[in-house]
Amino acid sequence: MTHLQSVSNPSIHSEDRAHEADHPSSLLAKFGTDQPLKLDCGIDLAPFQIAYQTYGELNADRSNAILICHALTLDQHVANVHPLTGKPGWWEIMVGPGRPLDTDRYFIICSNVIGGCMGSTGPASTNPATGKAWGLDFPLITIPDMVRAQAMLLDRLGIETLLCVIGGSMGGMQVLQWTAAYPERVFSALPVACSTRHSAQNIAFHELGRQAVMADPDWHHGRYFERDTHPHRGLAVARMAGHITYLSDAALHRKFGRRMQDRELPTFSFDADFQVESYLRYQGSSFVERFDANSYLYLTRAMDYFDIAADHDGVLAEAFRGIKTRFCVVSFTSDWLFPTSESRALVHALNASSARVSFAEIETDRGHDAFLLDVPEFFDISRAFLQSAGKARGLD
Amino acid sequence: MALQEQTLPLGGIAPDRTGKYRTDHLLVAEMIPHGSKVLDVGCGDGELLQLLESRGIDGRGIELSREGVNRCVARGLAVVQGDADTDLVNYPDDAFDYVILSQTLQATRQPKAVLENLLRIGRRAIVSFPNFGFWKMRLQLLVGGHMPRTEHLPATWYDTPNIHFCTIKDFVQLCDEINVKMERAVALDLYGRPVPLNLPWWVWNMFGEQGVFLLNRGGKGK
Repeated sequence: MTHLQSVSNPSIHSEDRAHEADHPSSLLAKFGTDQPLKLDCGIDLAPFQIAYQTYGELNADRSNAILICHALTLDQHVANVHPLTGKPGWWEIMVGPGRPLDTDRYFIICSNVIGGCMGSTGPASTNPATGKAWGLDFPLITIPDMVRAQAMLLDRLGIETLLCVIGGSMGGMQVLQWTAAYPERVFSALPVACSTRHSAQNIAFHELGRQAVMADPDWHHGRYFERDTHPHRGLAVARMAGHITYLSDAALHRKFGRRMQDRELPTFSFDADFQVESYLRYQGSSFVERFDANSYLYLTRAMDYFDIAADHDGVLAEAFRGIKTRFCVVSFTSDWLFPTSESRALVHALNASSARVSFAEIETDRGHDAFLLDVPEFFDISRAFLQSAGKARGLD
Repeated sequence: MALQEQTLPLGGIAPDRTGKYRTDHLLVAEMIPHGSKVLDVGCGDGELLQLLESRGIDGRGIELSREGVNRCVARGLAVVQGDADTDLVNYPDDAFDYVILSQTLQATRQPKAVLENLLRIGRRAIVSFPNFGFWKMRLQLLVGGHMPRTEHLPATWYDTPNIHFCTIKDFVQLCDEINVKMERAVALDLYGRPVPLNLPWWVWNMFGEQGVFLLNRGGKGK
């Protein structure tokens, strides 16, 4: 496994990562001890901070704000160069002037989730009580906790109602939680490639990832920062396993097939003979440079706990009773992590609540990750849905 | 992959138009008051829904084909992918003021169950369908000895999605059987013109190329 580190980006150091967790290259909202975040586990988290980015201008009547909720391993750097990797924002294809989330028209906000590692308070942040990183002393957080923190950020920004909340995967879960918890603050919602609850299979994959991290001797029960190590190998394996679930058999076959990596013949060793192996190793090793291992444990756990119906006596439609929010649910045919059947169950519940809902399944072989890729049909639908929501809300 | 601007094949039906809109759509739209909440079952590429929305009606749609749904959503319409035969049961009672089934009844597997569901989730239903009692249809079977095909129903018997054709007379009987009341009935001739109201049913059944019916729950209360 040593070659996992051989392709790592030498420009990112663990000190940079640790610095970013406390002093992000982002806008920052700090909440003092008088404004605790009330967590589902019963703990009041205070003080805490939320790191966020904005794009575009808020209009005079504050009616053009769109909140983007990011997925598990992404962050608030939607449409700007990432401060650690130097790569373009993860959704520049979607967000910008003239793009579906048009920054000439809308005010776009994206905040790092609570429990994350890019500047919002999480296990990699410094615990004010000890002066050291929180590690596993950080309380367990949930998707509703993430959304509660975002609502506090919006209060701080003076935004009462969002024109739209949009997000894919874990971001989609936050979108649904927004509509269930604050329906009157969400004019429209665009949950993509997600579900109202995490399936047993998905919990199983997350457990695999967590066990890989915890099995790494460098993890030290979450206190690796005191020993100046990081469970790179375990986290890379977790990422590799996760990455497979974001793709599809067809996409992997099209991209790599059984082709060899820089060689004609097998080496008869455990070297990365196949291109797909080399690709996965690269995905693993580049991920560990920018992501905190404990944060990965906390965020995957938050997704596992997510089950909106459970908070409403097991009846999903109850979560959306009488809701005025306009919904557009989107799924992708080859997504086996959050398959269309789960979106359909959501749509049935929304129909039963007489909500105004659109539902489009988009044909693609690119798997769960399709929401991050160049899928024109998804752009057309997002653009039209936002325009129609904007029109209904009286934007120009 | 981008959505193309072309009309979807609508089960082999290519109806008449008055300007921008289909004549049967205009007739349906006239039956629905401003501000109503409407579900269009089998909404195709959303042409009727768009007409309704332009008249201040809160329209939703169900459509079987993925292309149709995605085209509707890209037009800003509230449409979900679904099947009239299986998905209407998911809607609660009285969810809509009107439920529309436009040129779709003949393509459902269980027209009777679909009709009952329409009037469960909607206080009123508007149903339009091609009339198989139309004189041209009768003539083709009688004289030609083959399954009728018309300009509006060009599909051959082996590739048509229309599996439950009926005549206006058949439909009236079905409504009687399930205790559904007809509030308004209009037959359109081959050119999309209403057949005069004062004529007897058999004339409608003979000269109506399609029937458009406004229904309510009759004896079951409104």
